[in-house]
Amino acid sequence: MELVINGDRLEIPNKVETIYNLLQHFELEQKVVIVEWNDMILEKELHQETQLCDGDKIELVHFVGGG
Amino acid sequence: MNERYSRQELFAPIGSQGQSKLTKKHVLVIGAGALGTGSAEVLVRAGIGKLTIVDRDYVELSNLQRQQLYTEKDAMQRIPKAIAAKERLTLINSEVEVVSHVMDVSVEELEQLVKDVDLIMDATDNFDIRMIINDISQKVQIPWIYGACVGSYGITYTILPGQTPCLNCLLETVPMGGITCDTVGIISPAVQMVVSYQTSEALKILVEDYQSLRKKLVSFDLWKNQHAAINVDKVKNEECLSCGEKRTYPYLTFSNQTKTAVLCGRDTVQIRPPKLADRNLESLAKILSQQEGKVSLNPYLLSFSVGHHRLVIFKDGRVLIHGTKDIAEAKTLYHRYLG
Repeated sequence: MELVINGDRLEIPNKVETIYNLLQHFELEQKVVIVEWNDMILEKELHQETQLCDGDKIELVHFVGGG
Repeated sequence: MNERYSRQELFAPIGSQGQSKLTKKHVLVIGAGALGTGSAEVLVRAGIGKLTIVDRDYVELSNLQRQQLYTEKDAMQRIPKAIAAKERLTLINSEVEVVSHVMDVSVEELEQLVKDVDLIMDATDNFDIRMIINDISQKVQIPWIYGACVGSYGITYTILPGQTPCLNCLLETVPMGGITCDTVGIISPAVQMVVSYQTSEALKILVEDYQSLRKKLVSFDLWKNQHAAINVDKVKNEECLSCGEKRTYPYLTFSNQTKTAVLCGRDTVQIRPPKLADRNLESLAKILSQQEGKVSLNPYLLSFSVGHHRLVIFKDGRVLIHGTKDIAEAKTLYHRYLG
């Protein structure tokens, strides 16, 4: 499946079916992440149930503490 | 035109009017590490009226790669960062009033520090203090600019009370991090990029050009060549306890603060996070084993020895720092290795 993530077109393995799977794929599932899916901010409760489609546009921003 | 600031005044969005506004503004920089030294230098060179900078730590050799105000001499002599920063900033621009405090900032200190301040710059290294800054900012209606970085990654957001969502709206839960600059490292360009974003926003606020503010949550990874920006306006939560209608400023109350206690006669400080939670000791052991220190793990706790200190981390989140009676030193070690 091809997704546009943070502006880059990326080929993602087909086993990645949901937003939650995508966060796992990038090892972000344990972090506090803001997810924008096709220009809409997705609440955390919807990560598991939101199915990905070819061409979806996703922005991922995760919080870090260092400085 | 003032020659010193001529190039900044030639920049139309600032101009001589903006410059004269800058000279009347007071900025509080919390933390004098990588982000703090970067922001402080930009603001002092830009000619703000007054800068207050606070930090609890002292300069070490490993700081010099990215903490731009410090020298080898500061590290050799273990000069407190607030002192060394003030000395350098005053040499850079003696027209700016620079106030510095060697201080472990918590609620009481911050309530005092924000008096007469126009803007708070976040240059801290942990979310405990950021949640306190966030609540204070809402309480006294002063904007603050969140910034953080680790590795080649950085993130920043400008929080305007009454307009944007606050950090509590964005996070919902306080992240219990495992990666910090002291575990996975940090490259200076990532620091500089966050500083550039933070200080550009700061200048806009200080010259009162609110129209030009970025309004988006931004993150980047300079090594992976990535950039993301999200409009988070809709995340503003009317029920938020920090900025909503029924606000209680939860992080200003004692029960939500990280508590520290010196354990009598044991040369040990206990640090107890506000909410006891299951820490994943195995994954923490993996991260810490890449460090210089020695890690040992049993089903109940993880022990990490580094230098003459030993950190013992319990599954419920409590941490004992052995080898010190100094709360500030213990907190520094805690946030250095545990985020």
